[in-house]
Amino acid sequence: MTAVVGTRMVRKEDPELLTGEGRYVDDLVIPGARWLAMVRSPFAHARITGIDAADALALPGVEAVLTGADLRDAWAAPMPCAWPVTDDMKNPEHFPVALDKACYVGDIVAVVVAGSRYAAADAVGAVVVDYEPLEVVVDLEDALSDRVVIHDALGTNKSYDWALIPDQDAVDAAFASAVHTVEERYVQQRLIPAAMEPRGVAVVPQPHGGEYTVWAATQIPHILKVMLAATAGVPEHKLRVIAPSVGGGFGSKLDVYAEELITLAVARRLRVPARWTEGRSENAHATIQGRGQIQDMELAADANGKVTAVRVHLLADMGAYLQLVTPGIPLLGAFLYHGLYDVPAYSFTCTSVFTNKTPTDAYRGAGRPEATYAIERAMDALARKVGVGPDEIRRRNFIPTDAFPYSSVGGLVFDSGNYAPNLEKALDLVSWDERKADQAARRDAGDTVEVGLGISTYVEMCGLAPSRVLASLNYGAGGWESAQVRVLPTGTVQVVTGATPHGQGHETTWSMLVADKLGISTDDVEVLHSDTAISPVGMDTYGSRSLAVGGTAIVMAADQVIDKARAIAAHQLEVAEDDLEFTDGTFRVAGSPDKELSIQALAFQAFTAHNLPDGMEPNLQAGVTWDPPNFVFPFGTHIAVVEIDTETGVVELVDYIAVDDCGNQVNPLIVEGQVHGGIAQGVAQALWEEAVYDDEGNLKNPSLLDYLVPSAAELPSFTLDHTTTPSPTNPMGSKGIGEAGTIASTPAVMNAIADALSPYGITDIAMPATPERVWQAIQATKGAPA
Amino acid sequence: MEITVTVNGSTHTSDVEPRRLLVHHIRDDIGLTGTNVGCDTSSCGACTVLVDGESVKSCTMLAVQADGHEITTIEGLADGAVMHPVQAAFQEHHGLQCGYCTPGMVMAAVSLLAEQPDPTEQDVREGIEGNLCRCTGYHNIVKAVLSAAAGARS
Repeated sequence: MTAVVGTRMVRKEDPELLTGEGRYVDDLVIPGARWLAMVRSPFAHARITGIDAADALALPGVEAVLTGADLRDAWAAPMPCAWPVTDDMKNPEHFPVALDKACYVGDIVAVVVAGSRYAAADAVGAVVVDYEPLEVVVDLEDALSDRVVIHDALGTNKSYDWALIPDQDAVDAAFASAVHTVEERYVQQRLIPAAMEPRGVAVVPQPHGGEYTVWAATQIPHILKVMLAATAGVPEHKLRVIAPSVGGGFGSKLDVYAEELITLAVARRLRVPARWTEGRSENAHATIQGRGQIQDMELAADANGKVTAVRVHLLADMGAYLQLVTPGIPLLGAFLYHGLYDVPAYSFTCTSVFTNKTPTDAYRGAGRPEATYAIERAMDALARKVGVGPDEIRRRNFIPTDAFPYSSVGGLVFDSGNYAPNLEKALDLVSWDERKADQAARRDAGDTVEVGLGISTYVEMCGLAPSRVLASLNYGAGGWESAQVRVLPTGTVQVVTGATPHGQGHETTWSMLVADKLGISTDDVEVLHSDTAISPVGMDTYGSRSLAVGGTAIVMAADQVIDKARAIAAHQLEVAEDDLEFTDGTFRVAGSPDKELSIQALAFQAFTAHNLPDGMEPNLQAGVTWDPPNFVFPFGTHIAVVEIDTETGVVELVDYIAVDDCGNQVNPLIVEGQVHGGIAQGVAQALWEEAVYDDEGNLKNPSLLDYLVPSAAELPSFTLDHTTTPSPTNPMGSKGIGEAGTIASTPAVMNAIADALSPYGITDIAMPATPERVWQAIQATKGAPA
Repeated sequence: MEITVTVNGSTHTSDVEPRRLLVHHIRDDIGLTGTNVGCDTSSCGACTVLVDGESVKSCTMLAVQADGHEITTIEGLADGAVMHPVQAAFQEHHGLQCGYCTPGMVMAAVSLLAEQPDPTEQDVREGIEGNLCRCTGYHNIVKAVLSAAAGARS
């Protein structure tokens, strides 16, 4: 067999998705299922003083309306937060249906149970809820003042303070002796993840067995099973959770949601199948949002622009409640505010507050886009102060290649890196010098369209995560992954993974890894996943972990299969194991070409178990659960080229170059796809997307009409290239690439905008850089280039 | 109301509420769930089907408006086990990831190429702007559509 790892193999997943055979939760046909619809608070902060369901119950097809009080005894525990980042973190008690108070627009106050989708939706408006509106707190600094306290029992809106300051004196000394300092405030606006498939859940009980099958549009069926058991009080062994086809997640389906718990509780109480599908505007209100931080970022540097200290303080928006990993998101960036620069002194602090808005949680990159944004914008600010270009300021500060593995000031060990050549490759690809010359020429000619070039270099930590590191951060679970490789009696192979794909192509990638290992065709490998009855042990997919952690488990399990097959072959061919060579799926005895056994033949021998070495278990299979020793640290350089019409303020992204380094690529086709999608999401943060709230806590743009997920017409094609610096952390030498595009692209675009507007003395525009904001900024300079 | 629609060559006569959306008729009544629902404002295009050969967002049309018309959904595109050239191009160029927008995107592309057999990249980008994808950044979708167009001409 020709090796397939490293080739651009098209995906095995695609035919069923391309022909309509994919089965998402809402596609399931479930006889007798009752449809649920949620009655949600239209107020951001209000006491619930009464609920009258009589009119709703009188509508045809409506079977029940359940309030928070009705369902209070359905919960064995409040909604779970798995990441109490400090021992004294404040975490309000939070139940799936509000008991006496709604804390954001969209908080569930009652549940309609009806015989059809339409009947359930009709009844929502007929449930009469009396509210006593309370004062609302939306702004983060206002929340910190405790003018209005959202959760009475906590007595404050502050959830926690968290700090990473290895040496305070060193930071103070660096700032005291700095020649240049940078002090910037950046606002990470709230973003709506907007996976194209809204969430959904369906629960089928077996009333006489006490068992429940839960289908959920989730990234985390394994974690969800544990959390459903703990929260709904259903014994875990009575739960089977299946994530069927899942239409994107981006972190938003890495959560345990009220609707999942409610649907299970209704199915359990009424002893009927129950299901719920989210609407799009419901998704905007009730699925977690991303980002939501104010960043106060400072650099100290010497005369040459060598950074001597980074000091950053975050004010992070938790929203109304803590969801599964809400408080940990800022911490995922806490170690990366010095970027890929060799910085000796470091101070990171974070204060987190509750507001009357949708809870925040993981959104693609989760903490790392925010960190990369701050350091990459600040490096450009430093370059301006020092009087060098953005390329040169980076060259002067990169962690040198001979420093790897590099012990960072924050206490991480960056596994491998080779930053400078990566930057030079990107500069060459974009023809940096020519474009800067063109920019100058157009300015001299008085062009009203300003060109801007923006660089973002990045390193990120992914492949979540070493369990002991997670423990040190107070995370409530481990970071391992499991795999099984089984060579079946007839010689084809089943692979079981604890990772949970929702667009990433694991069936293809895992098949490639196993096919090369065993010397077989990828057509002979089937990858099973996303069902806790089939794959009982897993930590699922997020944090660019699947290949680096789950893929390693696959490779190790395949190696164990080969070891076992070798022992059987040696036994049956009556030779020493060392005398066997394994190539193209066959063990051969060196020097005796006629003595050979294929892995398929050995699988059958292992199945019959007629002639195995003494003490060997039958069947040719192996299982591995792997806990990584470290994160992996992909890096790269992204360069955005924008054109700004100074008369309208419209920013057009005209060119985009990305040179990423994720070590060895198993399937470059899939790697590039991940980067493309990530770039689009990061560019969208810079230019178009923001969850806009008014002072009363109303989300003003909850539909795709006015929350501007970009279409093809707003984006250019991207130019991608790569460098290859293998990771020493795993046997593939690979690093995660699922989030890199999102991490790198936002600051690249915003740096390009600042570059374009530099003749006006404008160094920053609030994100998203809408035409209105850009135009206003230009007008504020009275329209005259300085 | 009783309506009769022809979907992928099969005729279906049903009694539907006047307010029933075509997409729910296709999915829940006829049982063809390849056509997806991604929004409630006719913005995302996941529900795109062909009605008498023209692309239509089936969440924007009532089932009763489809009475007497011919509908093609994603399930009706392939010729048995052989994918339609646009479907094949999407696989070849990795024009899909999670697959949720894909049926609508493919139908929109089929409709676009019927109207514009020789589109430029910009034509393709503008031609599919009514269909949102959150995974691919459109790069490979555009590549796939251009490739399908080139394949049809050669």
